[in-house]
Amino acid sequence: MYLPNDITKEAVRESKPPQETKPEHIVRIRNLNTTAGKNHILKNVNLDIPRNKVTVLLGPSGCGKTTLLKCMNKLTDLYRELKVSGNIFIENDDILNSRQNIPAIRQKMGLLSQRPYCLPLSIYKNVVYGLRLKGIRNKALTACVVERHLREVGLWDEVKDRLHSPASSLSIGQQQRLCLARGLAVKPSIILADEPTSALDPISSRIIENLFTEMKKQYTIILVTHIMRQAVRMADHVVFMYYGEIIEKGNPNELFRNPQTEKLRKYILEGN
Amino acid sequence: MKRKKRIEEKFFIFLAGFATYSLMALLGLIIIIIFVKGVGSLSFSMLFTLPKGGYYYGGEGGVLNAIAGSAYIAFGATLIAIILGLPAALYINVHLYRYRRTQNTIRYLLDALWGIPSIVYGAFGFALMLFFGMQASLLAGTITVALLITPIMIRTFDEVLAATPAGLLEASLAMGSTRSETAFRIFFRQGMSGFVTAVLLSFGRGIGDAASVLFTAGYTDLIPRHLDEPAATLPLAIFFQLGSPIPEVRERAFAAALILTVIILVISLTARHLSGKYSKTIIK
Repeated sequence: MYLPNDITKEAVRESKPPQETKPEHIVRIRNLNTTAGKNHILKNVNLDIPRNKVTVLLGPSGCGKTTLLKCMNKLTDLYRELKVSGNIFIENDDILNSRQNIPAIRQKMGLLSQRPYCLPLSIYKNVVYGLRLKGIRNKALTACVVERHLREVGLWDEVKDRLHSPASSLSIGQQQRLCLARGLAVKPSIILADEPTSALDPISSRIIENLFTEMKKQYTIILVTHIMRQAVRMADHVVFMYYGEIIEKGNPNELFRNPQTEKLRKYILEGN
Repeated sequence: MKRKKRIEEKFFIFLAGFATYSLMALLGLIIIIIFVKGVGSLSFSMLFTLPKGGYYYGGEGGVLNAIAGSAYIAFGATLIAIILGLPAALYINVHLYRYRRTQNTIRYLLDALWGIPSIVYGAFGFALMLFFGMQASLLAGTITVALLITPIMIRTFDEVLAATPAGLLEASLAMGSTRSETAFRIFFRQGMSGFVTAVLLSFGRGIGDAASVLFTAGYTDLIPRHLDEPAATLPLAIFFQLGSPIPEVRERAFAAALILTVIILVISLTARHLSGKYSKTIIK
């Protein structure tokens, strides 16, 4: 095939129409501002979250990490005082300005909060809750989904004999894994994890971390943490936030070895 | 200093203990007096027969009319209160979650409604009854008692729902539930123990209230067969019998009071049992 001298074969491959491949960044945030009264929580945040990677939002308490996460699945709507402006593109849909219904947006994202919040139902019903919302009631199918996702989070062997016991009877670590299984059952493309190990013991924390490492092949994980060591262990991409602003972002090896700002340098030193 | 602290501590323990146990003793005393005075007149015929002619002047018969009337009114009113109260309590806690001021205003108004004496509800029901051209009847009594117990039901259920962690609301919405799905599938389950308590407390209040049915339900020696017929109630049966100059009739009043007390005790115990059962799935 003839190609002009200044066009390489790689360039031709890269110039395929964008709709054929999924965009590299699953979430794109542009000029995001969040205020609560006079308090400016997020200040002009611009951020791209890469697909099928673990992106760690790192920063001290109160820097806006959780608010940023809540903006992504529109849970900020629950708080009247929070005003959000800007654009958040999830798979090219601007969720802040689109007319798409909010439950559908939220089903694209699983949420793991600091403390596990199981639903006041049995273990089984917790996992199938999302499916029931979608109108799926086939017993054989739901039983299969329950087993698959409980296995996926390593909980099946621990609960297979008591699937109809209340979810509240599980330990905190098990509850957190159940919440993860519940989120995975609705096939999200993104998992929003807001300090998911902060209430867990070291063993349960390590189980969750290992799960995330496994799961990033299939899901994009956005992990909020203020624990430096966790960020080092988990991150493919790090975003350092400070008082509502993104101070630095990039590859963890470069960022942690060679911080460009005094704030991050100090944070790394104190974290270690 | 140490000695002063010890004396203070002992004094407050004594005060708190005294207050607690004297209240328990008072409840025990009420039950004992009612039991002692009423058990003699309590009989099979009193429970299962209608009053014969001149019952309130010492004649034969029982208070089946009042037991049935009270049960009809309390069941009907509780049903209306559930239909109004359940969605209202869920609405306050789920749909109005972001409107704290509105939530607080509604709660304040419901508390005010709870605090209104039942005789005022009776008078309001009476006025309403006249406005619609109704007569004292089972329907008018039921509606009036429903108005009386609905705020009690909403606030009792609401207190339990208000204690639901915000994280649970977020978790449910984050799954893609709508607010109504969250209300009826999650919050209702979370507040089930409170709901059971609310229903039984309201029923207990409805069956035991005299003033609200005084003008609205009327009184009859028969069991009402239609909604527009008057209905006797246990509290009014007690009231009429206690006012009698005949000692035997006054004793029957205590027997009727004993029946009412037993019904309310059974309701309270059932409420405790069921709320304990449903609280096992609660997320704290």
